[in-house]
Amino acid sequence: MTRLTTELPGLALKNPIMPASGCFGFGREYSDFYDLGKLGAVIMKAATGNERLGNPTPRVAETSSGMLNAIGLQNPGVDKIIANEVPFLAQFDTKIIANIAGSTLEEYEYVAQAFNQTNKVHALELNISCPNVKEGGIQFGTDPTMASRVTEVVKKASNLPVYVKLSPNVTDIVSIAKAVEAAGADGLSMINTLTGMQIHLPSRRPIIANKTGGLSGPAIKPVAVRMIYEVSKQVQIPIIGMGGIKNAEDVLEFLLAGASAVAVGTANFQNPFVCSEIINELPQVLDKYGFNSVQDAIGKGIVA
Amino acid sequence: MIRKVGMKIISIRCIAQDTFEMILENNFISNYAVPGQFLHLQVGEHSLRRPISITDCDPSRSTVTIIFKINGQGTRELSAYQVGQYLNVLGPMGNGFPLHANSTALLIGGGIGVPPLYYLGKTLREMGCTIISVLGFQDKNHVFYENEFKNLGKNFIVTNNGSYGESGLVTDVINHVHHFDYYYSCGPIPMLRAVSQELKERRGYISIEERMGCGVGACYACVVPTKDGTNYKKICKDGPVFVAGEVKL
Repeated sequence: MTRLTTELPGLALKNPIMPASGCFGFGREYSDFYDLGKLGAVIMKAATGNERLGNPTPRVAETSSGMLNAIGLQNPGVDKIIANEVPFLAQFDTKIIANIAGSTLEEYEYVAQAFNQTNKVHALELNISCPNVKEGGIQFGTDPTMASRVTEVVKKASNLPVYVKLSPNVTDIVSIAKAVEAAGADGLSMINTLTGMQIHLPSRRPIIANKTGGLSGPAIKPVAVRMIYEVSKQVQIPIIGMGGIKNAEDVLEFLLAGASAVAVGTANFQNPFVCSEIINELPQVLDKYGFNSVQDAIGKGIVA
Repeated sequence: MIRKVGMKIISIRCIAQDTFEMILENNFISNYAVPGQFLHLQVGEHSLRRPISITDCDPSRSTVTIIFKINGQGTRELSAYQVGQYLNVLGPMGNGFPLHANSTALLIGGGIGVPPLYYLGKTLREMGCTIISVLGFQDKNHVFYENEFKNLGKNFIVTNNGSYGESGLVTDVINHVHHFDYYYSCGPIPMLRAVSQELKERRGYISIEERMGCGVGACYACVVPTKDGTNYKKICKDGPVFVAGEVKL
């Protein structure tokens, strides 16, 4: 037990830092920059039952303090991920979280079962919040009944702890959080991107071929902090927080809001070393603000 | 191997309308970058880096030259950087052009696709190649590096409106060039499509660009479908250079 450790169901983490799904591929590219064993965990890019080719390009557009993306869940399918990617990540002394997506309950069930059988994956992140595909899960993420149904199915399909990744594109995120908690979720992962759009003035067309995309980066950080704060007061299960984290002070802010660990997404694109640097800086930031450990800071925001 | 480095700006000058040449100093990049690779530049606080191809490298002076065109807020800010400032750079990125010694190479560039062909042409020349270049620009005000390419070998300049050099498109000129072993092309997608169609019986390589995220192959933003449409290649990592006909333009 050191001052950076944090404990979530199925995930005894050496530190609370993990790259966010979709922003780190399956780790190979970033393993050229630093030892992935330094990370608390790695959340893999979303896996679906079969290969998906994703959306046409352009798939990204820069915005003020962030970016829009509409990749469209491009991935080689769960079987190839298990054959080619999981063994690579398993070489490192870190926890592996598999993000799973689908268009039907059966597809979620299939993907969850497949990862369960590997014995190399430590938890599932249930993606019911991808805004960029017609059938990619968000239909499950915006309705409490559907959200709890898919959570039950995935819980039954595997023995792995399940973290449900929530969409911020809802009126009442607390009701979705409570619904998935009641359905057996072991934790929450929040927030996914906010749906947005940007129009290119010379052509009068959206920059992104999919027209709309998911907004990420520092622009959404206050939304994430607010939602984590609201949800953490209403549920008993832990939260992996994400949304615009760029440095160790941002991490502390998420811990104070009620997150037990955090994921870093868009910032990896600007600085491939960002997760490693945050892990180095976190002890000094805890010192600066008077915390002995990560555990000490969780949920300690003071909102009178 | 990609590194994150600081590159000192040695010079910056406007060489054509909205087009800037910047010379940067860094020992690692100048020694290891090969023709066709690019730099991923951090401009100010922008969320995403800017991929800019390498125009030239001079290891003896530890310098790397880039040429960029103002095409948005990021490149506008880049053009305002001053000599002596440092740029935060990831590089060298991507795969370069295959090089065939002692061959005759036809270089076909369009607009801001011209710069990587200079480092390519210079390198091929040192390998005993004969260089022919056909460079297309919008109009007279956008033409750059004519003398540099003339120093490499036979050179044709083409402008869309005929205000300088030949009038029309690069494909109007390449029709008349028959004696070459390989062609190398970089420019806008419609130009690359026309060139690879025109030269479909010949061996060649194309370099393509797309809005990019990470630049290292992790985010799947800058993809291009393979020829049969059943898969994608990542432009930043598998490219930006592809064998002509390998990907669907």
